Amino acid sequence: MAEQFPQPAQQQLYSLNLGPQHPSTHGVLRVLLTLDGEYILEADPIIGYGHRGHEKMGENRTYLQFMPNASRMDYLSGLLYNHGFCLAVEKLAGIEPPERAKYIRVICAELNRISSHLLWFGTFLMDLGAFTPFLYCFDDRENILDILDRVSGSRLTYSYCRFGGVARDVDDVFIEQTRAFIKRLRSRWPDYHNLVTKNVIFIHRVRDVGIIDKDLARRFGVTGPNLRAAGVAFDMRKVEPYEVYDRFDFEIPTGSKGDALDRYRVRLEEMEQSCRIIEQALDQMPDGPYRQERVRLKVKPPRGEVYFAFESARGQTAYYLVSDGSPYPYRVHVRVPSFGNLHCLTEVLKETLVADAIAILGSIDIVVPEIDR
Amino acid sequence: MMEAAATSGAYWLRLIVGLVIVLIFSQLNALFLVWLERKVAGHIQVRLGPMEVGPHGLLQTIVDGIKLVGKELITPARADRKLFVIAPVLVFMPVLVAFLVLPFGPELIIRDMNVGLLLIFAFSTFSVLAILVGGWASNNKYALLGAIRSVAQAVAYEIPLLLSVMSVVLMVNSFRFSELVMAQQRVWFVFLQPVAALIYFICATAETNRAPFDIPEAESELVAGFHTEYSGMRFGLFFLAEYTNMFIVCAVATSLFFGGWHGPFGFSFKIPGVVWFLAKTYVLLFVLMWFRWTFPRVRFDQLMNFSWKVLIPLSMLNLVITALVLKLV
Repeated sequence: MAEQFPQPAQQQLYSLNLGPQHPSTHGVLRVLLTLDGEYILEADPIIGYGHRGHEKMGENRTYLQFMPNASRMDYLSGLLYNHGFCLAVEKLAGIEPPERAKYIRVICAELNRISSHLLWFGTFLMDLGAFTPFLYCFDDRENILDILDRVSGSRLTYSYCRFGGVARDVDDVFIEQTRAFIKRLRSRWPDYHNLVTKNVIFIHRVRDVGIIDKDLARRFGVTGPNLRAAGVAFDMRKVEPYEVYDRFDFEIPTGSKGDALDRYRVRLEEMEQSCRIIEQALDQMPDGPYRQERVRLKVKPPRGEVYFAFESARGQTAYYLVSDGSPYPYRVHVRVPSFGNLHCLTEVLKETLVADAIAILGSIDIVVPEIDR
Repeated sequence: MMEAAATSGAYWLRLIVGLVIVLIFSQLNALFLVWLERKVAGHIQVRLGPMEVGPHGLLQTIVDGIKLVGKELITPARADRKLFVIAPVLVFMPVLVAFLVLPFGPELIIRDMNVGLLLIFAFSTFSVLAILVGGWASNNKYALLGAIRSVAQAVAYEIPLLLSVMSVVLMVNSFRFSELVMAQQRVWFVFLQPVAALIYFICATAETNRAPFDIPEAESELVAGFHTEYSGMRFGLFFLAEYTNMFIVCAVATSLFFGGWHGPFGFSFKIPGVVWFLAKTYVLLFVLMWFRWTFPRVRFDQLMNFSWKVLIPLSMLNLVITALVLKLV
């Protein structure tokens, strides 16, 4: 028998294509895994399946025309991208929006951040095999979408901000709805904690799994909640306050180890901090115009360049715009956080199980179309 | 005696009628359970579940079944054709055998064999073989991973499952279902053997590949696990077998630990035994569904650790204590 079936000289490795079509790759991501049994020896994320040429499109459109593109890169935090693009152009062209507009923008941006984190919460738990929290989160998220739908006219890919203001003023109903939503969300925390955070199976699945420490995070340019989970209190809203973020009292939640559990805790806490920002912004919001008197549809920034970084739901995002004085930007470049967050996986996924790989992939909260652009 | 019985016409009539009833009941029951699962899931998730076809969507699963029958049976190009076709049949046939010995009521046992309990566990092992065959023949890495996981899981969980059952068998001194149930006329075994009941139920969840132990078909990890490549009614058979298996493990739990057709503490409230039996089984089934829509999935190595390091020693200890107590009393 032994002669018939000779033992292989070495253990047989095999490769597995995780994606591009797979239930938990969050878009069209492909990870090429080299496996020994269920253990991952090497992981190679392969991107580019969703490339739409947003940056090149930017060169052929006016600044205003590029605005819808901005929110389509990261479709989960579209308003944050939209907001960031507006700020970048305003910085380049020297436009100063009125006070009220700034507050409206911050409120909507933070609402969008919460909706993005809520969706992450649901999909992360779904990656771990728990289906029910996903629907609870979508139920809550639906409220945000309704609120933003009322003021901006869209539910996912917002183009609400304008150079020098916002497209439409908010009314009392908006304020009422927002306050009601925050109250509702806060009443939901105990449910989430009972269902998920206190669950033994959940804790065992995420504790000490996929550790991204400070050093690794720095080498790969990991930002956002993933970096903060490693214990670095780096948030563009605090480090380089833009808009009116320096007027609010909020904290930057950090973790200690940088494992999936820390990332989970940081994001949950961030939602609470966003609620605090929204509440303060609602209290402080002044009356007045919601945009500049003369609406600028065709911006012609002076010759020059600008690099503007802001905090999207996934980390430090930046626009680099070069203007040659014409209504069309000479170059539009976007720095997306998911790129660094994803590529640290080449090291993090080593010597983990396939099941862990899915948990880690879920915990870093990537949006692949944002990387592919 | 067996020979004499086997030749009599009544024996054959009883067997054939029984088989037909089993076939119809197991199919309808599986369809009903799929509907129930979707309803339970819906209500746990603050939504309604199927509502469109029939009253409260009752006919939804039947329509789904018709759709599955109408679908093309795709065999992957480089699959092992014979094994690929056999696997769904292999998974479904053994579960029907179990119905022959299940004690639905005092008079409602098709064959009250003296090895009834043993027969069920012997045949339930077949489903693992079917999963292995199906996963292997699919020529798909996800399916293969699912199949490997399934075998490892079955080996790990059948030991504590049988050990926990043994402690009940020790108390009754029989594998015959009717005797096992009759012994619980006054007190259900769940009160005398709570540890065994708990271990049995955990293992039964793992045995039927249900969440949180659904790692052979872990959707977010292995796409669909061992049945990734199956389509149409071949997939349908795997699906129905899962729900029929669920019913069987819950029915066994009912007869071993929850008094079978007896009411609580000897009170039957003039309700027929079969109603008691089905009611208890469905309550247990509901608990299984409740598990699935509440818990995240356990990781594979944690699952194995839990079985080998916790459940097996515990069930062993339980068995030894049971034996000691029985010897002393």
